Amino acid sequence: MGELLKVDKMKTEFQTEKGTVTSVDEVSFDLNEGETICLVGESGCGKSVTSLSIMHLLDRNGSISEGSILFEDKDLANASEAAMRKIRGNEISMIFQEPMTSLNPVLTIGDQLTEGIRLHMHYSKKKARAYSIDMLKKVGIPRAESIIDEYPHKLSGGMRQRVMIAMALSCKPKLLIADEPTTALDVTIQAQILKLMKKLREESNTAIILITHDLGVVAEMADKVAVMYAGQVVEETDVFTLFDNPKHPYTLGLMRSIPHITNPDDMRLESIQGSVPSVHNMPKGCRFYDRCPHAMQRCLEEKPQLKPIEDKQSHSIRCFLYEKEEQDYENKKKAKEVNS
Amino acid sequence: MLHYIIRRLLIAIPVLFGVTVLNFFIINLAPGNPVDMMVNPSATPEQLAMTKHALGLDQPVWVQYFNWLGQLIHGNLGFSYQTREPVTQILMSHIGPTLLLMGVSLVVGYLIAIPLGILCARKQNSWIDYLVTGFSFFGISVPHFFLGLGVIYVFASKLLMFPTGSMNTLGGDGGLIDTVNHLVLPVLVLSTGIAGNMVRYVRSSMLDVLGKDYLRTAKAKGLSQFIITNKHALRNSLIPIITVIGIDIPLLIGGAIVTEQVFQWPGLGLLTIQSITSRDYSTLMAINLLAAVTVLFANLLTDILYAVADPRIRYD
Amino acid sequence: MPPLEQETPLLQVKNLKKYYPIKKGIISKTVGHVKAVDDVSFDIYPGETMGLVGESGCGKSTTGRSLVRLEDPTAGQVIFQGKDLASISHREMRKLRTDLQIIFQDPYSSLNPRKRIGDLLAEPLIAHKLATRSEADQKVNEILEIVGLSKQYKNRYPHEFSGGQRQRIGIARALMLHPKLIICDEPVSALDVSIQAQVLNLLKDLQKELHLTYVFIAHGLGAVKYISDRITVMYLGKVMELATTKEIFEHPKHPYTEILLNAYPIPNPHMRGRDQIVVDGDVPSPANPPKGCVFHTRCPFAKDICREKIPVLSGKDHLVACHFPLESVNV
Repeated sequence: MGELLKVDKMKTEFQTEKGTVTSVDEVSFDLNEGETICLVGESGCGKSVTSLSIMHLLDRNGSISEGSILFEDKDLANASEAAMRKIRGNEISMIFQEPMTSLNPVLTIGDQLTEGIRLHMHYSKKKARAYSIDMLKKVGIPRAESIIDEYPHKLSGGMRQRVMIAMALSCKPKLLIADEPTTALDVTIQAQILKLMKKLREESNTAIILITHDLGVVAEMADKVAVMYAGQVVEETDVFTLFDNPKHPYTLGLMRSIPHITNPDDMRLESIQGSVPSVHNMPKGCRFYDRCPHAMQRCLEEKPQLKPIEDKQSHSIRCFLYEKEEQDYENKKKAKEVNS
Repeated sequence: MLHYIIRRLLIAIPVLFGVTVLNFFIINLAPGNPVDMMVNPSATPEQLAMTKHALGLDQPVWVQYFNWLGQLIHGNLGFSYQTREPVTQILMSHIGPTLLLMGVSLVVGYLIAIPLGILCARKQNSWIDYLVTGFSFFGISVPHFFLGLGVIYVFASKLLMFPTGSMNTLGGDGGLIDTVNHLVLPVLVLSTGIAGNMVRYVRSSMLDVLGKDYLRTAKAKGLSQFIITNKHALRNSLIPIITVIGIDIPLLIGGAIVTEQVFQWPGLGLLTIQSITSRDYSTLMAINLLAAVTVLFANLLTDILYAVADPRIRYD
Repeated sequence: MPPLEQETPLLQVKNLKKYYPIKKGIISKTVGHVKAVDDVSFDIYPGETMGLVGESGCGKSTTGRSLVRLEDPTAGQVIFQGKDLASISHREMRKLRTDLQIIFQDPYSSLNPRKRIGDLLAEPLIAHKLATRSEADQKVNEILEIVGLSKQYKNRYPHEFSGGQRQRIGIARALMLHPKLIICDEPVSALDVSIQAQVLNLLKDLQKELHLTYVFIAHGLGAVKYISDRITVMYLGKVMELATTKEIFEHPKHPYTEILLNAYPIPNPHMRGRDQIVVDGDVPSPANPPKGCVFHTRCPFAKDICREKIPVLSGKDHLVACHFPLESVNV
């Protein structure tokens, strides 16, 4: 399993009337072929901006200002628009949160499905259509032969999301970015879509970046998880370690604040007090400072770094509480290097 | 769809009825009457009364209205008080030039406005955007008579490039080239206004569409900006534009009153002015009726075009 | 709090229906109805929270809105303090509105953006002529404190608040008139997860302090479970199951309830690959609901009778509308 994507200290900025706003800062994670990473966090944490940055789909006023995005051997952070056009929809494709608005209302499903296939795979019109029908069947669309000539409004939200998935996977991408693909759907439909994504993932060995705020979806789908808060990754590890042994105070708070149907009857939710800091007014030190139950004077002044600690799997945390563990791990690593 | 059209046509009947009532009474409220305008100033009061009686103008207004309406139901628009010709015939001879002038102006106006509007939206807040927006305000705000006289002065009087007015050269062969030559200046004036208005709508509609999720989807597929703009965005942005076109269509009939006057273009606009000054009620009523029918027809056409452009809209 | 036998309900919903006509043809003839709410009945007891759950289009919001007469019901009764809210005049309803309040999903769009928070909150008191300006002002301070906002916020406008704070303002507004019953229509769905918990805890605490009764409408079962005493599960305008929260979650009797509970992804990666029934297909259109049991098109256990006969909601404390309710395996 080779490394497919390595995002390293990526920073994305937006030029606004109020000046430059840093939306995502020092985001780092990596992903192997066929692996699924979940980016979790609340609105404004920068998880969507991260994915749009990778695809160069930011609005005109946004751009990647620092860091690198290594996809195979290419650095997407500095890729030209022409180079990105060859990658988009072909090697990396994307599905979005709102199936109701993500398809063009005045073009038929077939029009929208075949154009990517014809562009990247150079199929003839006829062949592209036949292939599209196959793709629609593959994502579980009934009567694919007639649905292909329908307009999107005839389909339900779940069906439209299936069309989006068919569209995204048609050119056999190596990486699929799914931005909250089930958030707008009803729960029984969500279950259908998650099941479909799992099936297709097994068949195609596509790596997935799944963006979600739902820890249930994370537990169901992820191999690895990056928890994001206020534009930074605050904790990154594999999914089992994250749920068994969460470390960062934000991750802990998030897990305890979610009402879930498997919670015991009399459990009181622990809420995280306060709210996310504004992008216009980011704290100098730790961004979780004013909501953290363990905040220290140091957190106010100094910026914590995302550093690995010793655990069953690789596990990195951005918090001074684990400084000792981080130090131990570093020492051990050094010692190992010296020995070998 | 057919049901919908039939329903709309049925609704149109009472609307037209109301329009004719209002028009008839408003016209009759205006001071003066056709007889004063048509007889020679030295006529005696008896002669005036006789003429009035002969034309039925001595009857109460509502009787006059029902007489007119009765004739209308039989397809008779009456005779011009001025020229004694059948009104239908007068309209027919004036409608062609107006349709020609306005049709060409609308087409030219749209051909200029739509690409420019798209360009402005794509390059929002660039110098080209500001330039086009500036011109559009000029087009909207400059009065037609002023622009008309201006272009006549420059292109006709000084540069002698085009004739000052009318539709054909007097005594000429009336060929196509001659007509085109006469069309240039009035079309320039009219299409400036039409394009100035339209470019703003296209720009804002396109801007709206460019921010839509499905365009991001299109971009995520790896499509080029050209295809994204012209295949994915354009058709969506035209849907609100249909409303503007629907409002423009009635201009085909009545939009050129001032311009036709300035250029002495022998169309409905000129006829309107003439009928008003001569209190030619029957011609005026016919023009009004034609205008009302055009407006209603344009509204219906707009709604049908919606359904053509947007598959989500279906009438039944 | 499970209702006691002898207790009288605060509000009774009897055979509530809300149909929207579908018009067609030259003379706009009504050719059918969208049955948003179709024959819904339940009682709400003082001090309890009744959860209304179901997927989009199940009629839970329309039901909630009908209870406070934001919708005029097509048929049925809503009995509150001996009066049928479905049929009384708007004038009488106005008086009763002090007892019945509603909190909306999107706190931003339900607050007038041009009014200061203080004025927004004082408005109902003054509209109902219940207080003078200065009394109202006093009351605003009090309520703001109760919902956990500083009284200095009074002079701010809605856009100056975050989503969670706006929902607190929404709650404060509902509390201004000391209502007996509050309809909470998806009050946390638009909020971030860490903020949801704050609002849910606030609602829970207020209920205890002020003896409020809630109808809590949500599609997120987690929140509903956390706050509700009893739960009504709806599907396509009809009640599928009604029981205490414990019963619904531990011994669901309706296949739909079972499937709904099962569809929720569990935040525990070790539970992956558990036996999960995933139902196929979409919810049918409420304009053209299936004959017989409305769920039969998606029900894995449907038999012939389900396609023909509408099941009646029956049972004593645990009501279910199913011809073949799931056998509860009691330990």
